[in-house]
Amino acid sequence: MSLPDRIYPSRPEQVYLVGTCLVDSFYPDAGMDAIHLLQSCGVQVIFPQDQSCCGQPAWNSGYEDEARAVARTQLEAFAADIPVVVMMGSCAGMMHLEYPRVFAGQPEEKRALALAARTYEFSEFMVNVLNYQPMKDGKTSYQPLRVALHTSCSARRGMQVAAEHKALVESLPGVQVVEPARVTECCGFGGTFSVKQGDISAAMAADKADAMAATGADCIVSADCGCLMNIGGTLEKQGRPMATKHLATLLWESAVEAGK
Amino acid sequence: MSENRIEMQQIVDQEEHDFADMKARHFKARAKMALENETLRASFRGASDFLMAKRKSVFPDDEELEALRDRGEAARQRSLQDLPELLEMLEANLTRNGVQVHWAETADDACKIIHGIMEAGNAKTLVKGKSMVSEEIELNHYLEKKGIECLESDMGEYLVQLGNEAPSHIVMPVIHKNKRQIARLMHTRATTPDGEPVPYSEDVDDLIGNARAILREKFRNADAGLSGVNMAIAETGTLLLVENEGNGRMSTTVPPIHIAVTGIEKVVRSLTDVPELLTLLPRSATGQLITTYVNMISGPRQPGELDGPQQVHLVLVDNGRSRMYNHPQLKPTLQCIRCGACMNHCPVYARVGGHAYGSTYPGPIGQVVTPQLGNAGGLAANGDMINACSLNGACGEACPVRIPLPDLIRELRAEAARPATATALGMPVPGTGSRRNLGESLIWTGWSTIYKVPFLYRTSTRLMGLGRSLMPGKLAPWTNTRSMPKPAARSLHQLARDAGVPSTAEEARYQNKQRQAEEK
Repeated sequence: MSLPDRIYPSRPEQVYLVGTCLVDSFYPDAGMDAIHLLQSCGVQVIFPQDQSCCGQPAWNSGYEDEARAVARTQLEAFAADIPVVVMMGSCAGMMHLEYPRVFAGQPEEKRALALAARTYEFSEFMVNVLNYQPMKDGKTSYQPLRVALHTSCSARRGMQVAAEHKALVESLPGVQVVEPARVTECCGFGGTFSVKQGDISAAMAADKADAMAATGADCIVSADCGCLMNIGGTLEKQGRPMATKHLATLLWESAVEAGK
Repeated sequence: MSENRIEMQQIVDQEEHDFADMKARHFKARAKMALENETLRASFRGASDFLMAKRKSVFPDDEELEALRDRGEAARQRSLQDLPELLEMLEANLTRNGVQVHWAETADDACKIIHGIMEAGNAKTLVKGKSMVSEEIELNHYLEKKGIECLESDMGEYLVQLGNEAPSHIVMPVIHKNKRQIARLMHTRATTPDGEPVPYSEDVDDLIGNARAILREKFRNADAGLSGVNMAIAETGTLLLVENEGNGRMSTTVPPIHIAVTGIEKVVRSLTDVPELLTLLPRSATGQLITTYVNMISGPRQPGELDGPQQVHLVLVDNGRSRMYNHPQLKPTLQCIRCGACMNHCPVYARVGGHAYGSTYPGPIGQVVTPQLGNAGGLAANGDMINACSLNGACGEACPVRIPLPDLIRELRAEAARPATATALGMPVPGTGSRRNLGESLIWTGWSTIYKVPFLYRTSTRLMGLGRSLMPGKLAPWTNTRSMPKPAARSLHQLARDAGVPSTAEEARYQNKQRQAEEK
């Protein structure tokens, strides 16, 4: 189930990619994987060098003017009328759902509404616009990969793309999806929440780490790197590390493998 | 039973002491205490899991649930849209039915009014059905100082009162205690009507039977009864009260005076609004299709009738609600029907429990309502509490009347950090701007300065990549329980640039032209 009543365009020739600031510094390879994957679908990817952050950390902390100043930079960076694909559900939610509020009554309101309307979360775009089908007949040389899928709260409840996440992962040859207990529960990241309420956040992360470890999966896959950093970092600190992967990386690795 | 009564007394006293100790601290310390209390953690985790599953079982069809939520939201919004008119209509029709209506602007006014009613009726004892508004206005405290004995008759509230604690949930006040703790409490602090200690038992039927025997006497002898109101129906002048224990019916019918107390937002226009909300309220609250009792109170005992109170009063409490009504973004706060589904679904509430919030209303709705009340210290006192939310959206998804709780929590954070120069729309929340401190504004100003200038952003991420080996290995609180994330040597900006990924639409066009030329 994607957002109610959202109408999807036909396959565009070009897309903008919002890498997000977290992917930019901590998961840049996932960003390149997304670029390669989109290119392999015949879509030209534009990665504006002038993009930075959607502005969500300040916005959720109540510092609206500071958030708006940063969001304005993104209005400039993604100015042309081209679909915008966002690598994380959290940032997609900020741009698609919150920008209309961020710029309500501001001179840029019209542009913000237009940008929000052409902004898509990564899995949402892959499924609903590109109708992405992995190569089913591709031989898999490896053992089935057991994947614990973590759909972030913003992807699940904000962008409502949990079904798209699941469909993509389940469609991959040689991948077995395992579901952790309390799958819909927040991992405790919540951006600045993890710093401002460190104890509560850590308690939530510890429970999520237990649930992930109990699946015995080979890796945790998510399209939100904040959650990956939080869950993966907790498991690592506890001395029971599990691999973490952005969904784009899983898809691209599978495509490369199938293409061999 | 491994402990004797003396040992049990010590445990119960210790629990009372721990509660008082927790209450005296600030939010973060309270949360930490709650997180470290394993018994408490187990109680809340168990309750959350149970209540979420229970709710799901009575809403088996997602589409039907969403349609019901649409109707519930519409019913509440209709009521709020005509609030002033409906309140006048309610007063007129209640008065016609013989109910005396009182208006209380503040919590203190409400307490004074209720005390006045008691005094005028020469009433010395008050038996209470469940009422969160009476907790909100701190009525027991006020009346006890005036020498009036208040007795809670809802089983959970009764136990909370025995323990000298406060409710930890708006629907299930004693959900923080397990059976064993409750058995100890009854055994050590309750006495049977014959003056004997209640025998120790962890059996639910025994526990309830013992409380019932004690409470029956209290109902018989109380001078006045107090209740809350779930809906006040304007067209008919009817007070609707749902409950499961029958104590609500006893409190409102046995004593000669019945005092109902509620917030001004609980009014609905007509009886046709009732099923819209009653379909949702018990299902969302306890996973019941309907509560055991649904009371419709339409006035005092009429001439020739054999029972019922001689006087019925309704105290309509504002305590900040008019301000909520006038705030363009925060008005949906008043849609709440107090079912508690938001706290049952909140992962933070499930970890810290109700007492950590330190407010009458805990959980997501508590985070939204508390700072806006007239007597709870506003944003200055509740700033940490509104930060205790990961904005995961579980509450908003569960709310039967679609209150956008995460949006309201974010809005309150903005109110709390509002710069002094900004003029707030409508009526500001108490303590607007009070949480804007130099440290945090410097951080966000600095962040904004770098992130709004692409060149500065690229430079800083580049430097971070270059200096990754110099990054600190520890950064509290993150690394207390997590490993330190390492920035990549080269950012996606750099990787994309190196791979020749175009940066602008013009650059993409140029690349395409080049390619076409090469292909020719």
